[in-house]
Amino acid sequence: MKYLCLIYDEEKKLGAMSKSESDTFMGEYGAFTEGIRKSGHYVGGEALQPVQTATTVRVRNGKVSTTDGPFAETKEQLGGFYLINARDLNDAIQVASKIPSARVGSVEVRPIHEFN
Amino acid sequence: MGEDAAERVRETVDAVYRSESRRVLATLIRLLGDFDLAEDALHDAFTAAVQRWPRDGVPTNPRAWLVSAGRFKAIDGMRRRARFDASLAQLAERLDASTNDAVGWADEGVDDDRLRLIFTCCHPALPPDARVALTLREVCGLTTEEIARAFLTAPPTVAQRIVRAKAKIRDAHIPYQVPSRADLPDRLDTVLHVVYLVFNEGYLASSGVSLTRSDLSTEAIRLGRLLIELLPEPEVVGLLALMLLHESRRAARTSPAGELVLLDDQDRALWNREQIAEGSALVERALTSRRFGPYALQAAIAALHAEAPNAAATDWAQIVGLYDVLARADPSPVVELNRAVAVAMRDGPLAGLALIDAILVRGDLGDYHLAHSARADLCRRLGRTAEARASYERALGLARQEPERRFLKRRLGELPD
Repeated sequence: MKYLCLIYDEEKKLGAMSKSESDTFMGEYGAFTEGIRKSGHYVGGEALQPVQTATTVRVRNGKVSTTDGPFAETKEQLGGFYLINARDLNDAIQVASKIPSARVGSVEVRPIHEFN
Repeated sequence: MGEDAAERVRETVDAVYRSESRRVLATLIRLLGDFDLAEDALHDAFTAAVQRWPRDGVPTNPRAWLVSAGRFKAIDGMRRRARFDASLAQLAERLDASTNDAVGWADEGVDDDRLRLIFTCCHPALPPDARVALTLREVCGLTTEEIARAFLTAPPTVAQRIVRAKAKIRDAHIPYQVPSRADLPDRLDTVLHVVYLVFNEGYLASSGVSLTRSDLSTEAIRLGRLLIELLPEPEVVGLLALMLLHESRRAARTSPAGELVLLDDQDRALWNREQIAEGSALVERALTSRRFGPYALQAAIAALHAEAPNAAATDWAQIVGLYDVLARADPSPVVELNRAVAVAMRDGPLAGLALIDAILVRGDLGDYHLAHSARADLCRRLGRTAEARASYERALGLARQEPERRFLKRRLGELPD
């Protein structure tokens, strides 16, 4: 079963990390990704650039409108994702709990809608 | 078979339903992998029993017969509907093959199936309201109407919660499993929390509510006993002890007129000594294990109250001691509040008042009516009438249960002008 793990962090908090703290954090991410590749959970994953680089696109009545910024201002911002293969929700939760940001931010786990 | 014999068989089916239907359901859920499918299969199995047992006699192993019949009807039904939906044919074949091991799978691990059911209904990925509704429905067999009545909600609301919960279990693939050793402590916490929530709902809504199957406290205690049978962990033992000790005071908690009677004023002759004895024994069992937690500690406090022949003889010093341990195991403001009340009994109202004020000044429990009513009571005992009045009024503004509201109004009325 496929699940998307959406990683939410308070960008301000991450930005306030010292260089050594953020190097450690990145190292943890590297180790995590390596781990789930080995275990066969990894399907895909990316880090996203900060939320100020976001653009939101909507089309209403045929007119394309773009707004600067994310679709909604939130306390924690989407910072990245992993697409994983997991046996069931418990397995997916186990994987998600090891994502470094789960300790300081939030990870939303959503099952992929399989269309047959 | 004559009419009398047929009638006896029908009564047997009823009796089997009462004692076995939950177990059969739990196994069918595992075999068929779906709650709704299993419920339909359960219904079909008992329908078949009503038709066949008068003719063929009651089987030696009714539960195995019912599981087998339910499974057969479900797979057969899928095959017939497969004419309109090809994917069902595949599912039917897969289910048939995977569950065709006829070697007593109906009886093997039936305890595991009941545990699986409880843990699945209480999965943390489900909303808390849904966990309660689903557990009462699937594990206890209450109807939607009974659950709605017990929680003072509308049946469609409860029905919707249950439908959504089952949909989430299906769509997010929440597995039908007993958690692994590593996950068990947290997951058991969730289950115990649901059981205690159900108990409290029944405990508080005691007066005037119809006490048929909507007696939630009895259901909660029954769930507690089931859990002890399946998973005799110290906190499970502790929770059952706590529930029994609280329940033992039910008859004394309300006056004949339906008014709330506080612990200090209760007629202890009305306390149920059997429940106290059982509860106290369970407390000892939990505490000797050394792996006890908050429930066992709360039960130990309840046991100390239960042992006191009258309010004045209560061992408040020991109670405060237990609260000290409880506060370390469960550092919540409510525990702090309850400890403050006990300190007031041991050291006088001023000591207790200082502790309660410290909590409120910090910004905790401002919306908790019991914090204000406790404060009011201590002010009253100190003769600080104006403060007592203010706190009682604050409590009244926050209290929701009618018996508690009437109690607070009475206290307000009793204050000197």
